[in-house]
Amino acid sequence: MSPSGNTQQRTVRDVVFVDGVRTPFGKAGEKGIYAGTRADDLVVKCIRELMRRNPSLPAERVDEVAIAATTQTGDQGLTIGRTAALLAGLPRTVPGFAIDRMCAGAMTAVTTTASGIGFGAYDVVIAGGVEHMGNHPMGAGADPNPRFMSERLVDPAALNMGNTAENLHDRFPAITKERTDAYAAASQAKLAKAYAHKQIQPDLVPVAAKKPGAGWALHSVDEPPRPGTTVADLAELRTPFRPHGRVTAGNAAGLNDGATAALLASSEAAEDLGLNVKMRLVAYAFAGVEPEVMGIGPVPATEKALKNAGLSIQDIGLFEINEAFAVQVLSFLDHYGIADDDPRVNRYGGAIAVGHPLASSGVRLMNQLARQFEEDPSVRYGITTMCIGLGMGAAVIWENPHHPDYTAATGTTETSSTNSKGAAA
Amino acid sequence: MSAADFRKLADLFPDETVTHSYVQDIVLPAVDGKESAGTFALITLDNDLDHSKPTTLGPKTLVELGTVLEGLKERAARGEIVGVGVTGKPYFLVAGADLSAVKTLREREHGLWMAQLGHDVYGTLASLGVPSFAFINGLALGGGLEIALQSSYRTVSTGAGALALPEAVLGLVPGWGGVYLLPRLIGPENAVKVMIENPLSNNRTLSGPQAFELGIADALFEPADFLEQSIAWAARVIAGETVPERRNAVDPSDPAVAERWAAAIEGGRAFVEAKTSNASPAPAKVLDIMEANRTLGQAESAALECETLAGLMQTDEFRSTVYAFLDLVQKRSKRPAGAPDRKLARPVTKAGVVGAGLMAGQLALLFARQLKVPVVMTDIDQERVDKGVAYVHAEVDKLLGKKRISPDAANRTKALVTGSVSKEAFADADFVIEAVFEELNVKKQVFAELEAIVSTECILATNTSSLSVTAMAEGLRHPERLVGFHFFNPVAVMPLLEIVRAPQTDEAVLATAFELAKGLKKTAVLVKDAAAFVVNRILLRLMGEVIAAFDEGTPAEVADDALRPMGLPMSPFTLAAMVGLPVAQHVQESLHAAFGERFPVSHNLQKLIDNGVKTLWVERPDGSRVIPEETLSLMSFGNSPSTAEEVLRRTQEALAEEIGLMLQEGVVAGPEDIDLCVILGAGWPMFLGGITPYLDRTGASERVNGRRFLAPGIASAPA
Repeated sequence: MSPSGNTQQRTVRDVVFVDGVRTPFGKAGEKGIYAGTRADDLVVKCIRELMRRNPSLPAERVDEVAIAATTQTGDQGLTIGRTAALLAGLPRTVPGFAIDRMCAGAMTAVTTTASGIGFGAYDVVIAGGVEHMGNHPMGAGADPNPRFMSERLVDPAALNMGNTAENLHDRFPAITKERTDAYAAASQAKLAKAYAHKQIQPDLVPVAAKKPGAGWALHSVDEPPRPGTTVADLAELRTPFRPHGRVTAGNAAGLNDGATAALLASSEAAEDLGLNVKMRLVAYAFAGVEPEVMGIGPVPATEKALKNAGLSIQDIGLFEINEAFAVQVLSFLDHYGIADDDPRVNRYGGAIAVGHPLASSGVRLMNQLARQFEEDPSVRYGITTMCIGLGMGAAVIWENPHHPDYTAATGTTETSSTNSKGAAA
Repeated sequence: MSAADFRKLADLFPDETVTHSYVQDIVLPAVDGKESAGTFALITLDNDLDHSKPTTLGPKTLVELGTVLEGLKERAARGEIVGVGVTGKPYFLVAGADLSAVKTLREREHGLWMAQLGHDVYGTLASLGVPSFAFINGLALGGGLEIALQSSYRTVSTGAGALALPEAVLGLVPGWGGVYLLPRLIGPENAVKVMIENPLSNNRTLSGPQAFELGIADALFEPADFLEQSIAWAARVIAGETVPERRNAVDPSDPAVAERWAAAIEGGRAFVEAKTSNASPAPAKVLDIMEANRTLGQAESAALECETLAGLMQTDEFRSTVYAFLDLVQKRSKRPAGAPDRKLARPVTKAGVVGAGLMAGQLALLFARQLKVPVVMTDIDQERVDKGVAYVHAEVDKLLGKKRISPDAANRTKALVTGSVSKEAFADADFVIEAVFEELNVKKQVFAELEAIVSTECILATNTSSLSVTAMAEGLRHPERLVGFHFFNPVAVMPLLEIVRAPQTDEAVLATAFELAKGLKKTAVLVKDAAAFVVNRILLRLMGEVIAAFDEGTPAEVADDALRPMGLPMSPFTLAAMVGLPVAQHVQESLHAAFGERFPVSHNLQKLIDNGVKTLWVERPDGSRVIPEETLSLMSFGNSPSTAEEVLRRTQEALAEEIGLMLQEGVVAGPEDIDLCVILGAGWPMFLGGITPYLDRTGASERVNGRRFLAPGIASAPA
């Protein structure tokens, strides 16, 4: 597995995104499609679908299963990466672990295991995330250290994500409620269009769920979207975080249930095993910001990732940015001077329409970017990025293997060469 | 007809726990990138209770399912749906007909309605105008499996618990189409196996993979995403992309199949005769219908099935079986009558077995395997101890060889069982059972020695089958800690444990004994300390009557076959030989000493024992049996032979008398415990209801005791 026994001459290997799937997302709560369904079962459906879709991969070749969840108790507890692997019927020789970086859980599962592949610890991994926010309401069971308050380390309001979104409006007065509502309505419209063009469905794994008094149903589409939402509809919504505020249920992601999983491999392993390559990992970065304005996190994370990759923002042809709040997306776009309706940004809509089951969302962004890469070979680089509670941002830069200049990076690359121009030599 | 026409039947059961038929419309997944084939209606059979309450098919349930299916048939005709699926709540497709409801049907006509209702509903399922699918996610018994058989296609989960058509052993027939469809689907030989051999072999069931192998199901999927994969499979079938292969299916009009069919029926009849002596009508009826329906259409077979079911539902054999199965084996065995509050029980963290013989070895193995606590065996010298421990270790290795346990479990179990020549090894034991020679003074001496070593809390138990536990307790410093623990041979297999309470036995000791029984996975029945307790007293009273008739001059085959109409698992002479003639005689002597002439001691049997004869019957090479001349010459006979009918009647009356006395003496809490004991301890058939329902229905109870054991309706027709 390891590239060589020689620790003096360690080499770094290229990491590719082979495939990714997700469950349809549901609305959290008793009326939601997954009320009564276990979170771990949602992950299991994803893992099994990945294995079915990639039949040339022998199950025993999976070296790790990393599954993220923000709340790691109950049906999301007990080291969910391992439990999900066992429940999915992977061989007992396949290890697994649980991971948490709140909203960027699945994204961190990907970057962490990808690093392991690069280092030579793994050839093939499964990385994903889950959040059943119906079973695990946000912040349930949390016990913030009183020092946060007594030493004014974090404004208590920063523990409520809606407040941080209002704070972001304060910092960037140019981002008005009219702009965020317009952005949100567009997100709904873009998702509806993507559904109509069957751009979403191929990466969904249908989930059978049973509710009392109703029997088994099969869920093969997302529950949260509200196609046809207009700016006028959005203007009427309450602003629950502040009287006469700007953040509403309509211009923010909802509370959702869902799971995702992706298959990553070293480029050699992908070739050996006959696995498809949908994206190549170029660089990633995480960054911290003030917890009170956590939504700005993607900006420094992206800066760092671009620097690591040796790229500039002009090199990025597609953006998949998580829409925790419209204001947070717009703060990113404003920073880079990108228009609110730039066609490179969230072509299939985003979390405002489709939902955001916290720790699962990172892989959804990757699934969508991978499909857009396939549709648009003219794009060479894309980015998946998201903001994270307690003031962080995450960014992962990917290369499109369908681009004419892409060279399948087989073999290994010297450590120092990865941040030359990002692309494979 | 429509299902709603049967509301009159449903009205008879106001208390039915209804299993609802919930319908969800599903958009079928696209196949090979094409458009979805359309809308699929999925029915979930669900009683909205947790997995401890199986879903069943009572009249209201069937009317609801039928009405739902009729609605779907109309939707299919309108082109709104392209297929219908049926599945269940987790772990169950559906557990079959609601037997407790069926048992109370007073009139033949009501039974006929019940049978017709099932056919009406399943007939709709089979004629929806679109393909129907059963997704067998879990247990599917009887009418539950017949829902699947009546569907066009079936998938089954590798995790499905139990699939079976157990009707033959319940006193019914698979008469909602199973007996017609199954032989056509999986071949006549397999059908006889499923409908006759399995039910009559300890009610054996099929796993999901076995059902798939037989061809009962068309596709097999794992539990993790069984329903999703089943629906995807259904989509492929509806799209014409998948056509299931049915390797075992036959065409009954093919002459070669007709021959196989006849041979399978013949084999089935021989099996039924061997297993039940045809003492219960149901198994033969299954074969009768199957034989007849080879040349019948499905509707004609259905009419025959309904008439047969209506008749069988009114039989005492059926009602006794439901009593035995539901009231006793399923319910009473889990809540033993007279067991003290379990909170009084003390933990058992180490057990001791006095003796290292065969019985002791079986006990040590059972305790080590089930309780997983250290078990120490003692005997008078090292050689016996070593032999005893070696026996246990060898038995563990056998289990390992058969892959019944893992290597780690084998190591653990072997390490738990040790031996010693000193009873000091029991010093820290919480429970010590003796399995030494069956003589009162020997046992009393063992207990006296034990009391000098063990803690005051340690429970002492005896495995005696014939001695008085009360007498054994005399002289003990703590007589309240002694309890009888009577197992049946072979200990690992027989599910019954008679827990014997002596007058001084205290509640904590008794509570511990019951918890221990549960830990050992045995069904415990509380019995009073009376000679031979329950099972042996009844068996020996029965054997005594038959042997007495033989001694009086009744020909051996007449005497020994006289009880065949009862359908017992073996004849009295065979049973005596299996127990061992000396053991049987020894227990008979104890009973004679306790109860006198009701338990006559046979001088002929003694002659055989004295001459080392181990069995009366010897099997000839052709399978027939004979009593050899040299055996006959040892014995002398009277000149008052009886007919088989006389022997049967006399045995029935003897049993009625003995059980009547046992209940008077308070040996057990009620006739139900007697029945549970003979079912689990002697393997007596459920169609006898154990024994007291049989004695009631043959009139023996009334003749001897002037009254029935059980009120009408409990195991017989309602008054």
